[in-house]
Amino acid sequence: MRYRQKTDYLQDIRLLGKPGQAPWYVALGLLLLAAPFVLDNYWLSQLNFVLIYAIAGVGLMLLAGFTGLLSLGHAAFLGVGAYTQAVLVDMGVPFPLSMLAAAVLSALVGAVVGLPALRVKGIYLAIATLAFGLIVEEVFARWESVTGGNGGLLVPSPQLFGVSLGATNRFYWLALITCILVTLLVVNLLRTPTGRAFVAIRDSEISAQSMGINLALYKTASFALSAAIVGVAGALYAHQLRYLSPEQFGILQSIDLLMLVVVGGLGAVQGAFIGAAFLIAAPQLISLLRDYLPGVIGQAPGLQSVVFGLVVILVVMFEPQGLYGRWVRIRTYFELFPIYRKGLMRRQRAFQKSERLH
Amino acid sequence: MAIIQVLVSGIALGCVYALIALGFVLIYKATETVNFAQGELMMLGAMLCVILMRVMGLPFWMAAMASVVAMAGVGALTERVMIRPVLGQPQFAIIMLTIGFGYLARGAVTMIPDIGTDTTAIEAPWRGEIWEVGGIVLGAEQGYIILATALLCGALFLLFRYTLLGIAMQASSQNQIAAYYVGIPVKRLNTLVWALSALVATVAGLLIAPITFVHANMGFIGLKAFPAAIVGGFGSLPGAVIGGLVIGLVEALAGFYLPEGFKDIAPYVVVLIMLAVRPTGLFGESLGKKV
Repeated sequence: MRYRQKTDYLQDIRLLGKPGQAPWYVALGLLLLAAPFVLDNYWLSQLNFVLIYAIAGVGLMLLAGFTGLLSLGHAAFLGVGAYTQAVLVDMGVPFPLSMLAAAVLSALVGAVVGLPALRVKGIYLAIATLAFGLIVEEVFARWESVTGGNGGLLVPSPQLFGVSLGATNRFYWLALITCILVTLLVVNLLRTPTGRAFVAIRDSEISAQSMGINLALYKTASFALSAAIVGVAGALYAHQLRYLSPEQFGILQSIDLLMLVVVGGLGAVQGAFIGAAFLIAAPQLISLLRDYLPGVIGQAPGLQSVVFGLVVILVVMFEPQGLYGRWVRIRTYFELFPIYRKGLMRRQRAFQKSERLH
Repeated sequence: MAIIQVLVSGIALGCVYALIALGFVLIYKATETVNFAQGELMMLGAMLCVILMRVMGLPFWMAAMASVVAMAGVGALTERVMIRPVLGQPQFAIIMLTIGFGYLARGAVTMIPDIGTDTTAIEAPWRGEIWEVGGIVLGAEQGYIILATALLCGALFLLFRYTLLGIAMQASSQNQIAAYYVGIPVKRLNTLVWALSALVATVAGLLIAPITFVHANMGFIGLKAFPAAIVGGFGSLPGAVIGGLVIGLVEALAGFYLPEGFKDIAPYVVVLIMLAVRPTGLFGESLGKKV
């Protein structure tokens, strides 16, 4: 690994990892500011989806990447947020309040789901969250008086201080501002003792506990917080889609979110953004590619699924740190140019820890 | 009488879950990883049989045999190519790998012209037959599922109890490193276990095909086998069978007594209760951990 000389404790918790990054973030900010003036509606709506998925990804990243808890049911929180938002806005509740309600309700549900996480872990937790996700999807489908069931639910456009934010270019600002706020919240949270407790739990539950970290409290908090953030993403998602139906919040959506986090890079907030961009851009690239492939492969409906499956397999096998990890490697290569060795950043292989003993 | 009928069909359904759960448990016991693509292996096996029968015109039994053998090969290959290189990484990695494999399998199958996007029936010789035992009507499809599950469980029991291979598998499932030190080829055994698990999955796929038909998404039934494995205890072969039966019965009874919609979620409610009450399952081993 690369070593960074630190002469001050504050260096450990700087918002930007190291000096010299600020100009790049300014450039990114300018690009994002210019986007609605340059892009047409279609591309802007794709960018909206990227921002929304990035928020959801940041939420899941907090749980999976930083607390080390695996959830196969996160689409349920996206759904809880989306349906809460849709129903409340329809009832005439002002937009900021309904979004807050979506976050709070998702957090409550998340805390309840977090409870099994206190007793079980690893694969058992994955299956518990999977079961929860499937149950919630069924609830969306059956609770017709509220969710409209399989018939779907139309979502009114968001209104803020009497201004409609329904148009794609106005909604973009809403999504962008929410995304920045959420990201700042999470990045700052990770600098606090709470965030460090999450990371400690991920790295070793036993040592975290012996350091005085209340596992039950922090695991539940992580679940609730992650669910709240995904709920906010869900609220935006509802407006972006304008039409909700239960199958949008099923197991495949949960897997998509997980794929986003893994492909982007576990354990890095930037990874959520890269993953979100991948998740939205990949289908577009694939459909562009279809014309160049031989007919049988190019026109097959399963192409996207095959490519996604392959990407996940290849990423896990050859780049466990995800696309962001690859970027870090390339950056490090250029930083250390003459003395970079192959395998400099390779993780040590450890024998698999048995989960039967618990 | 109606209730007995419901119970019997619940048992038949439970046997399918049990067969898929057996595949999970075999892999979990040996390698402590979970194959989220078990349902997809089942789908691939059934699809292969359909292709062999349709395209090559093989009779059912020959096609079934060929696809069982071929799928064992696929299972072994999967372990060798995909799982072995990531051993030693967190479990999360293997879960994602098998999820990715599931995606790949589903997509690849729909790419097969004509058959891939179709819902096909396997023309099993017993299809449509009806058995009547003491007033209870039993479709031959269900009867064969119960019979085959019993046979397969018996075979696995004999394998683990009386053969050197099975005992070696048990040893490596208890402690891989210790097993390796006493000269058991743990890596080769893992490959074998994956082959065995794919074989069991294919048998499940062939048995269920006359009831649910064969299509690219039939693997999602594998999700119902997780509750079975959890209820029985994830590391226990008899547990998988009992768990499968419990889940099958719960589902059948929920379908009979409860309003519509509860049937599909009943297994998951059971699993959540089970995890809250007794996370190790009915037959799970519970061992203390030393720091």
